[in-house]
Amino acid sequence: MVAITERLRERRSRFQFVLDRPQVLGSLFLSPAILYVLVLVGLPFLLAIYYALSAYTIYNPSYHFVGLSNFIEVVQSQTFRRTLVNTFVFTIASQFLGLILGKFGALLLLRPFAGRKIVRALIVLPWAVPIALATVAWEWMFDSLYSVINWTLEAVGLMNPANAPNWLGEPTLAMICVIIVNAWRFFPFAIVIFLAGITAVPQDVLDAATVDGAGFWRRNYQIIVPMILPIVVVGLIFGTVFTFTDLSIVYLLTQGGPVNATQVLGNLGFQIGILSGDVAHGAAISLFMLPVLFVLVILMLRFIRRREI
Amino acid sequence: MERIAKTVAREGSFYAAVTFFVVLAAFPFYWMLITAFKTNADLYNINNIPFWFNAPPTLEHFRYLFEKTLFGRWLLNSLIIGVCVVGITLATAIPAGYALARLAGRKAEALGIGIFLTYLVPPTLLFLPLSRIITLIGLQNSMWSLVVVYPTFTIPFCTWLLMGFFKTVPREIEEAAIVDGCSLLGSFVKMVIPLSLPAILTVIIFTFTLTLQEFVYALTFISSSSQKPITLGVATDLIRGDIYYWGELMAGALIASIPVAIAYNLFLDRFIAGITGGAVK
Repeated sequence: MVAITERLRERRSRFQFVLDRPQVLGSLFLSPAILYVLVLVGLPFLLAIYYALSAYTIYNPSYHFVGLSNFIEVVQSQTFRRTLVNTFVFTIASQFLGLILGKFGALLLLRPFAGRKIVRALIVLPWAVPIALATVAWEWMFDSLYSVINWTLEAVGLMNPANAPNWLGEPTLAMICVIIVNAWRFFPFAIVIFLAGITAVPQDVLDAATVDGAGFWRRNYQIIVPMILPIVVVGLIFGTVFTFTDLSIVYLLTQGGPVNATQVLGNLGFQIGILSGDVAHGAAISLFMLPVLFVLVILMLRFIRRREI
Repeated sequence: MERIAKTVAREGSFYAAVTFFVVLAAFPFYWMLITAFKTNADLYNINNIPFWFNAPPTLEHFRYLFEKTLFGRWLLNSLIIGVCVVGITLATAIPAGYALARLAGRKAEALGIGIFLTYLVPPTLLFLPLSRIITLIGLQNSMWSLVVVYPTFTIPFCTWLLMGFFKTVPREIEEAAIVDGCSLLGSFVKMVIPLSLPAILTVIIFTFTLTLQEFVYALTFISSSSQKPITLGVATDLIRGDIYYWGELMAGALIASIPVAIAYNLFLDRFIAGITGGAVK
């Protein structure tokens, strides 16, 4: 009896010995996460490239290799070229607007005042609440007949009811609307990013600069801006990636219309690849996001690495 | 006297600016709230002042939502999806984050950054192949497809978040446990995990809110109403043809928004720390 338990303990401890090697336990701990990501991110990514090079549709699932012809056909389509321009306009304009609002909002929230916590909680809402639901609220505000925006403009005498704007029905206005909704969604994120950056600037550095005679603007642009740049860039890259590849705002507000005026890459890929079932061309359209993502990721890496120094 | 006037002007413009930001951010939600409680007669009369009730508030839209739509089912679906994804995420991200925090060297660091970067791979790049994979494993048009796919973005994010946290747990704690006879695994389970409960709670909350916020995969994979999560159900199912049920839409959006809004505000600072990944020291 004693001998058996002795042997059992021995076996257990030998097993323990293997587990006690940090390298073994480390790779054991890491493998589930890495496997998951490889199977459901890495594999689909390769599959996307494969589809884009084939003539695959859901009606005719043949992996007939067609080379780059999908890409060439996509580039030749006028809709696609318009979509590409739209996507850049949408991304750059809304990020720019969001950053400006974010910078000013952060400056306001830096100062302690009564009710600051409640104000911050309210300002964070657009970023916290699921964007699909918030977009539906905006759609109701842009309604062609019952738009609260039009009602207000009319009530203060800025607009004649006869030529009330049809926000989502005119090409330029519709583009402005999707940009506004996206900037609205991201500016709270920009505010918290700026706040996190500014509050991390050591007060003694600022005091030293003040003693040395630096005024508000010099403190702002020669100390604060360079010190918060890494964190702001990381935030901006996040915003850009999620805006550039987004489809929910456009899908819910305009469906890309009127006549592709607000069509963006994500939504076009969805319409062609999922709704029309032309997987090959849909995949090719989505892959046009890749060069931009690639540049952004490289930028991101540089800024993440910089903190090591 | 002049100085007082100046102070008043400065304070005035400060609070005016604060008010502008609050109205800008919160008005759509106020609009949601008031629409959800208005009677249809009040909503669709352009002569009424839209900012306030012109007829007594009503619960009619909420009643319709729960009795005549699948709203209750969508809530349940979202809850089930959220709980399952949280489970999968915790089971994979806690060990991975710990291993990345403790393994030294360039390799581990590169691996950590690599996992984090997959968080940046957008759904619109992967939804086509993933929808084929989902069909292949027989989960098309089922909410379980979302349980399988959502961890692809929650695992990278939470691993990164937890890695940052585990790095702040001093090694001496495990070393002391090992000296006292614990195994390496035992020291992790008995010492590190209990110390990390606040971080684990943060991860639970954020995984849950990320699953609630997701829209693209849900839209791509699921078309039958009874399988939809709440965000998708409200945004796509309450519109019949060209008829918008605005009262019901806003009521549904309101109910789904409130828990996420509260959770975010409570955990905002930790979220920022995670996303900026120590870009600020």
